[in-house]
Amino acid sequence: MLSYIWGGMIAAAVIFALFTGNAESLSQGTLNSAQDAISLLITMAGILCLWSGIMEIAERCGFTNLISKILSPVLSKLFKGLSAKSKAYKDICMNISANMLGLGNAATPFGLSAMRELDTLNHGSSYASNEMVLFVVMNTASIQIIPAMIGTLRQSYGSQTPFDIMPCVWISSASALAVALILAIIFNGISKKPLNKSP
Amino acid sequence: MNFIIPAFIAITVAAGFIKKVPVFSVFADGAKKGLLTLYRIAPTLIGLIVAVDMLKASSAMETLCSFLSPVAQTLGFPKEIIPMVLLRPVSGSGSTALLNQLYSDCGPDSFAGRVASVLAGSTETTFYAVTLYFGSTKVKNIRHTLWVALTADFTAAVMAVLTVRIFFGM
Repeated sequence: MLSYIWGGMIAAAVIFALFTGNAESLSQGTLNSAQDAISLLITMAGILCLWSGIMEIAERCGFTNLISKILSPVLSKLFKGLSAKSKAYKDICMNISANMLGLGNAATPFGLSAMRELDTLNHGSSYASNEMVLFVVMNTASIQIIPAMIGTLRQSYGSQTPFDIMPCVWISSASALAVALILAIIFNGISKKPLNKSP
Repeated sequence: MNFIIPAFIAITVAAGFIKKVPVFSVFADGAKKGLLTLYRIAPTLIGLIVAVDMLKASSAMETLCSFLSPVAQTLGFPKEIIPMVLLRPVSGSGSTALLNQLYSDCGPDSFAGRVASVLAGSTETTFYAVTLYFGSTKVKNIRHTLWVALTADFTAAVMAVLTVRIFFGM
């Protein structure tokens, strides 16, 4: 997928430059931008390291577990079909909590494990279960409490107050999450999946 | 709002002491992971930043933006963020590259810069997440997952514009 996008971007740029007479600025821009890209990465490196160090402490202190406990009563209302003691449910809670903390690397293994558990509960059906739809949709619209990466990037471009966008981020992602949940629940009700054929 | 970062650091370190976590060595460990993450994303990011800069230098980006600006205008979006709205659900590094371009063109504190920041912060790489998660199961038919997720992404874009207008009076 990325190969096509990347190839397409480069092809479009070269063809466009030839037709519009921007060939000169393109040749200069291409080489400069590779150089700029690495300086950007180096500028961001310090803050990113600081942040991931702090988040490592947070993880070791059990912040993810704590948020997971707080969220559990809410999530159990959404995932009514799952027992609160099931591994699938616990993995879902941990995944969403880790995502909220911006711990993408920690969240993914929980998410994958949750999906495999849900797959088992789905008896290996080729139709996604309601819980699967809900969980994936929640993941694509996940709320991040502190958008560290964005803040870091803004800081490196000289923003005066790189984190002032946080309330906007919270409201936008909460709205997106609300829309995702409402639509998913409505259509989970409407498009009942066909009865499982026993494997 | 910027005070949240030092405050969060202080709380985390304090919690570490209470939980008897060896805070400094854990910190160093995490920082190393951060460096490794950076090392891992660097090639992708460099490739995509170059491609985005090429589109910019050849004026193809500008043409695309002005081509799509009627759509943007109807929605009340700044036209600079349209490429990002389109690329965000497909590629995380691609949208970081666009964000980078947008900051250097318009500035991180401009209207477009802020909207793009909020958009990037409040959405995920939808196609990647859907592929990754369903890829680990036997499911073939994902039912309404994709379009619900994309509608949510679009909602985030609309809300990004709206909230930046309200909070920053822009």
